Amino acid sequence: MLELEGLVVVQGDFRLSASWSAAAGDRIAVIGPSGGGKSTLLMAIAGFLAAQAGRILWQGQDLGPVPPGKRPVSVLFQEQNLFPHLTVERNLALGLTTRAGLSEDERDRIARVLTRVGLEGMGPRRPAELSGGQIGRAALARALLRARPVLLLDEPFAALGPALRAEMVALVNEVADETGALVLMVTHDPVDARAMARTVFVEGGTAWPPQDTQNLFADPPPALRAYLG
Amino acid sequence: MSAMRTILAAALTTTATMAAAETPVLTVYTYDSFVSEWGPGPAIEKAFEAECGCDLRFVGAEDGAALLARVRLEGARSEADVVLGLDTNLTAAAAATGLFAQHGQTFAGDLPVAWADPLFLPFDWGWFAFVYDRTKLSTPPKSFVELGASDLKIVIQDPRSSTPGLGLLMWVKDAYGDKAPEVWTALADNIVTVTPGWSEAYGLFLSGEADMALSYTTSPAYHLIAEKDDTKAAAPFDEGHYLQVEVAGKLAATDQPELADRFLAFMETEGFQAAIPETNWMYPAKTPAAGLPAGFGTLIKPVKTLLLGSAEAEALRGPALDEWRAALSR
Amino acid sequence: MARGPFPLGAAATAAGLALLTLGTLAVVAVRAGGFTPAAADWSAVRFTVLQAAVSAGLSVGLAIPVARALARRRFAGRGALIVLMGAPFLLPVVVAIIGLLAIFGRAGLVNQALTAAGLPPVSIFGFHGVILAHLFLNLPLAVRMLLQGWAAIPAERFRLAASLDFDPAATFRHLERPMLRAVAPGAAVVIFLVCLTSFAVVLTLGGGPAATNVELAIYQALRFEFDLGRAAGLAAVQFMLCAAAVALAGRLAIPTGFGAGLERVARVPAPGGWRRTGDAGAIGLAAAFLFAPLLAVLWRGAPGLLALPASVWSALARSLVVAVGATALSVTAALVLALAVAREAPGRRLFEVAAMLPMAASGLVLGTGLFLMVHPFARVEDLALSVTLVVNAVMSLPFVYRLLLPQARALQADYGQLAAALDLTGTARLRWLVLPRLAAPLGFGAGLAAAMSMGDLGVVALFAGESGATLPLVVSRLAAAYRTEAAAGAALVLTLAGFALFALCDRGGRWLAGT
Repeated sequence: MLELEGLVVVQGDFRLSASWSAAAGDRIAVIGPSGGGKSTLLMAIAGFLAAQAGRILWQGQDLGPVPPGKRPVSVLFQEQNLFPHLTVERNLALGLTTRAGLSEDERDRIARVLTRVGLEGMGPRRPAELSGGQIGRAALARALLRARPVLLLDEPFAALGPALRAEMVALVNEVADETGALVLMVTHDPVDARAMARTVFVEGGTAWPPQDTQNLFADPPPALRAYLG
Repeated sequence: MSAMRTILAAALTTTATMAAAETPVLTVYTYDSFVSEWGPGPAIEKAFEAECGCDLRFVGAEDGAALLARVRLEGARSEADVVLGLDTNLTAAAAATGLFAQHGQTFAGDLPVAWADPLFLPFDWGWFAFVYDRTKLSTPPKSFVELGASDLKIVIQDPRSSTPGLGLLMWVKDAYGDKAPEVWTALADNIVTVTPGWSEAYGLFLSGEADMALSYTTSPAYHLIAEKDDTKAAAPFDEGHYLQVEVAGKLAATDQPELADRFLAFMETEGFQAAIPETNWMYPAKTPAAGLPAGFGTLIKPVKTLLLGSAEAEALRGPALDEWRAALSR
Repeated sequence: MARGPFPLGAAATAAGLALLTLGTLAVVAVRAGGFTPAAADWSAVRFTVLQAAVSAGLSVGLAIPVARALARRRFAGRGALIVLMGAPFLLPVVVAIIGLLAIFGRAGLVNQALTAAGLPPVSIFGFHGVILAHLFLNLPLAVRMLLQGWAAIPAERFRLAASLDFDPAATFRHLERPMLRAVAPGAAVVIFLVCLTSFAVVLTLGGGPAATNVELAIYQALRFEFDLGRAAGLAAVQFMLCAAAVALAGRLAIPTGFGAGLERVARVPAPGGWRRTGDAGAIGLAAAFLFAPLLAVLWRGAPGLLALPASVWSALARSLVVAVGATALSVTAALVLALAVAREAPGRRLFEVAAMLPMAASGLVLGTGLFLMVHPFARVEDLALSVTLVVNAVMSLPFVYRLLLPQARALQADYGQLAAALDLTGTARLRWLVLPRLAAPLGFGAGLAAAMSMGDLGVVALFAGESGATLPLVVSRLAAAYRTEAAAGAALVLTLAGFALFALCDRGGRWLAGT
């Protein structure tokens, strides 16, 4: 279980507070107006922003002193999800090991996840040779390899078209099914949000507790109504 | 990585020549060009080692001035037994350090001046002169006055960083005394540039940047003997020519006093002196039995030799430098 | 953002630099008494600052059109031209002066042409000669620094500009000017500092005592007056001048905040019309100005190659060992510092200062201080090459550091989070992220350090023994033995060796970055 205990994160003049919990394996959309604190919430969970007050716990363990790479978390950023100077295979391999030589088993696993996300045979390519959708798939493939129990997505598909985005969101769900990960996915689009069972609405420096997505959109509070237009 | 480091360390520390432990080592500090394979160093080392049963080790510093600076830095802890390559403009400062011991020898050589310094013995000498190319300049100036009045371009050395530069300062001061500032003012528009050392100035002259360069009366001998080129000549000046006497001295703190004395005595003999004319391109302090090389006979012989006593040179250096700076800063 | 662990490596490096620069100054000062600056010292300070400021301003100002032309034009031989552009900065100063004289001297090509046209000759000596030489030595460095700035503008930005139908003026305003504001002050300060401590140029081309700078005054104090207090005092004055320049640069530098592009080949828009002619002119003029003296060095040195004594080759080998060692040391130390500063580690202000300290140090005081430090423990000439290696590494470190820092910052900004999220730390981070991403500036920096180390006579002259001479020392020994032709030949060997080392590192780095 992921618990945000009276969490307060301060970034310059901006202040975000959150106090709620989410169960392992939950699928949660994070929506809200720009500048409301969606990314701040994810970056705090990922370990890039320190808490001013309160705690973040995973299965009862305080994540405060844990550096980003050691947290039970995989992140897909808005941009720069792959190292451009490395091949797709090597980018994925960094999810498993930093050794130079890959074992047969590791190569197999990488090839399998690439096939799984629809990038069969693209291991030797460099990110510059991939389309935006393919880059997202490669990043998801790495998350699949790392199999961390929490998957954070900070609008990695914002630049993709609706159909492609829907495809990617479906892929996220499949990946989460396979790894049993708790998903927190930032999005601007209510359509994407509806693909997730629950939704966190973030606005004016507050991340409200997750609610059932269908219920929330059926009867949105005034601020969400204003945001949805 | 660590293997790489070991190799590097080995490469860097094996540069010293390791002498057998029982052979006494005589360390002589001298200026850099003396040690080089084209300088007198190698021949002299061979000749002295053949008779002393010792290891003669030359250590080079940039030039005479740097040599003295190094000895002062090291003080009584210096490894040097002998310092070779100071000139009379520096000996007063060297004597004042108290680091040098009396040589106890009587100098009986062929200097144009009398020699009675108890601390330092001459090993070679030369007259400063302006050198020119006879094919480009048919009537060279015969004095500083004529030079100053001409529109000839000359290149000189900085008296603050080179011994020839300092020699020129003393030359003008000795010849003109209180009138020296006027001479420098007249020369100011002839001076193309002032270089940090002798080789830069001479190089500029050879590449055609100036009509004349401050050097030595012996410089044309190099071109004549080594390059079979007789176009270079030194211009005789009516005022006379200032002398540079290069000397060596024994350090008081030496651990090889007898060997040092032997070296100073050897310095005035054939084995040392014969190497000087055609490696250092100066006059030997004692003319070799076979006489000077043929080319030296063609060199100009100044009618008058100028030389300030070392104490006087030391006292005049500061004021002369200020006059020089003032005249050339305008 | 979490700042990460205390950077032990960077702290140790900074401490070492402080010891070698401020420590040596302190050792010299302790051996001496007090110091009161004289009137001549103040005029030296004025001349020093004036010529350095004019040299830096002109170098960077003239580098802008040249770098922009090179950034936006593609033509046969462009790559080779850019590599060759590095050459003058890498030339040993004394060799550079030989080349300049052959072109701009009294008997040089320019004056021959002027005389033939019935015009009065120009003199290379004096204030303008100093500026000309500094421009020759530093323009290429400025061009290369700015060119790297252009290369760092992501291709996406130029595509955005193209899609917005920016004209060249708008492109300049929105993309190029912000980059220049970030890169140009740093470049100007580096050149200002180089010229501030310039010694041989000022002394050879300055024309006389009116052109005395602080470094020369230090030389004089050390060599003829043996006034250690005066030398230390003047070195302190020089330190303060340099510190003021660095502080000023800190205030001027504005980060561009450019995001990283996805490595698609950057294509700077190349406007046609008169701008095309202008660019061709800028490249042509710069190439003529920079290469004519180089060709003259080649032409003068070639006959001497036949008369080279054997000692040139052993000295070359020794110089190469020193250069490679100094380069490894310099690049490693600069990278450690740049990475720590880029990730805003605790103590980064001190690291920044430490990395720039050698620019302010007087080579003469550093050498003398080291001498005083080493002398009680070991025979100085046994350590000559090791000491030379360390000093050369220290002296080239600020250049390498300045080259690495912007790229290290970009790396941190663009990929710091991804690396942290993947738990990429320590050697793994170095191997998979830092070295491949910084290969190009590391290669350039290494080439610079290697060539500077090759060409520097430096402290070896203070420490030289009867064996162990480096190639620059052999060149000066040949010149002092009247062997002008052999000296020119050896100078050519020295130049070619330094240039080969540079090209090898620079090419290697760019090749690694491209694969």
